[in-house]
Amino acid sequence: MPAPVIEATGLTKRYGEFTAVDGIDFAIEPGEAFGFLGPNGAGKSTTMRMIAATSTRTSGALRVLGFDPAEHGPEIRAQLGIVPQADQLDEELRVIDNLIVYGRYFGLPLPYVKRRAEELLEFAQLTEKRKARVDGLSGGMKRRLTIARGLINAPKAMLLDEPTTGLDPQARHVLWDRLFRLKEEGTTLVLTTHYMDEAEQLCDRLVVVDKGTIVAEGSPASLIRQYSTREVLEVRFGSARNAAAAEAIEGIGQRIEVLPDRVLVYDDDGEAAMSAVHERGLSPITSLVRRSSLEDVFLRLTGRSLID
Amino acid sequence: MSTLAQHDPVAATGAVDHALVARRSRTWGWWFVAEHRIRAMRSYVASWVAISVGSPFLFLLGLGLGLGLLVDANQGAEGVDGVPYLVFIAPALAMATAMQTAAQENTYGVFGGFKWFPMFFAMHGTPIGPAHIVVGFQVSVLVRVLLPLVAFSAVMAAFGIGTPLGAALLLPIGLLLGTAVGFAVMAWVSTQTEDRGQLSFVERFVVVPLTLFSGTYFPLETLPWFLHWIGWISPLWHAAELGRAALYGAELDPAMALVHVGYLVVLAALACWLSIRTFRRRLDK
Repeated sequence: MPAPVIEATGLTKRYGEFTAVDGIDFAIEPGEAFGFLGPNGAGKSTTMRMIAATSTRTSGALRVLGFDPAEHGPEIRAQLGIVPQADQLDEELRVIDNLIVYGRYFGLPLPYVKRRAEELLEFAQLTEKRKARVDGLSGGMKRRLTIARGLINAPKAMLLDEPTTGLDPQARHVLWDRLFRLKEEGTTLVLTTHYMDEAEQLCDRLVVVDKGTIVAEGSPASLIRQYSTREVLEVRFGSARNAAAAEAIEGIGQRIEVLPDRVLVYDDDGEAAMSAVHERGLSPITSLVRRSSLEDVFLRLTGRSLID
Repeated sequence: MSTLAQHDPVAATGAVDHALVARRSRTWGWWFVAEHRIRAMRSYVASWVAISVGSPFLFLLGLGLGLGLLVDANQGAEGVDGVPYLVFIAPALAMATAMQTAAQENTYGVFGGFKWFPMFFAMHGTPIGPAHIVVGFQVSVLVRVLLPLVAFSAVMAAFGIGTPLGAALLLPIGLLLGTAVGFAVMAWVSTQTEDRGQLSFVERFVVVPLTLFSGTYFPLETLPWFLHWIGWISPLWHAAELGRAALYGAELDPAMALVHVGYLVVLAALACWLSIRTFRRRLDK
């Protein structure tokens, strides 16, 4: 077993009285796509910054690419590609120049950086925009440019903080495709997200975080197996009647969750659950059988939805 | 995407020596920061050159020929500090411009680097550390300060104001002033996290008063004694005194010269240290 790229034990970050990250343990293997899934404020970004040695941990042990971030920030960041939540591009510069100046921060020679910038623009599908000013780019393009920027130093691991938040569905798919390609090439990907579909698409393994602690760990499929049923029946009776209807269908499926707008019935056979509901003389306004997702895992573990 | 195989960004992984990258950034990080900012200047280089070169002409012509005629007529052969008014104010005007440029760049550049275009955070995502960002930023500001200084010196040399060597000596003096003022402004602005209009205080309540009360347009001794302290704490006055001695050999005790240089050096070093401390705190979130 190769040594983990990143390993944390009891990792903690406190801001005065507030504990943002509360003693978490995780180990990320080389070539793995590892995710931190959790709602806003769960401590995901803080963890990412501690890994990048741009936030000093309060306590616990942390090793990143063989170094302790408390002492070897430059050595760690030399090997990392960082995609922060806000793009932090230089809007005064052209697209290509953003890559060039960033490459120079790694002390890479100008001819090398220029060549690499052209390759990365192609990878990010931005070659046609190479001379454009950054402030004129769409959100998805900026995001791809930020990812290209993070690749300029041929990093051993990429840290992606909410890579697709705020993007439209099409832009997200283009971005996922690029990230998937990196993953195929063997780059270690560490990402945070509050989108379950993103975690399912990209992550080999993930931890579910809530209020600074890890509440579950595993592959998306194993988490779903462990914490949810194969299928979910969603029924809507109208917001005023959901709670009463939930009582009436008590006993159907393995578990029932009542949300403000719908009732979720967890059962390995959703269609059978649906028939059972109808047999009790209830007719929901809409009903839908779907496969369980990480959203259901999160709901089960925390009693809350991922996106408030 | 058939070209991806040969252009694959990840396939080149072996080409980057990450240990070397870290060593280079630990040594030259400040220069990479300066290089970035100098590259960014290219997008407005035309207006920047026009302002830097144009304003010395306007200042020297306007004040020298207009106000100068009036003052010289009044003062007679005695002049101001023993020289015509234009010669008296020329070095101080050059220094005032250096101060203004350094202050302005550090006000909006530093605040913006944390807030509007958070470039400092992006820089910190590379092997660059806070001290490199602070020093590199100031180096790039000195490039901006240098151009108007060169323009002033060239105009002075061309019009025979003082000696050519003296005009050339204004460059290092102006850069020293720019460094001191730059770091001082940076030390304060970097502690400001919200823009409530206080940023313009630098210009209105520091730069302008210092320009008016630091013996720029008239000798400091002309002011009532209880206002002299403004000159003593003003980096502009110390630089202007050095500039006058350099340009036209104004009387300057060597010990006083040392005090002037020492004041600027100590101010720069202290403010640099404070700035690094603040940057370190703000970048470590």
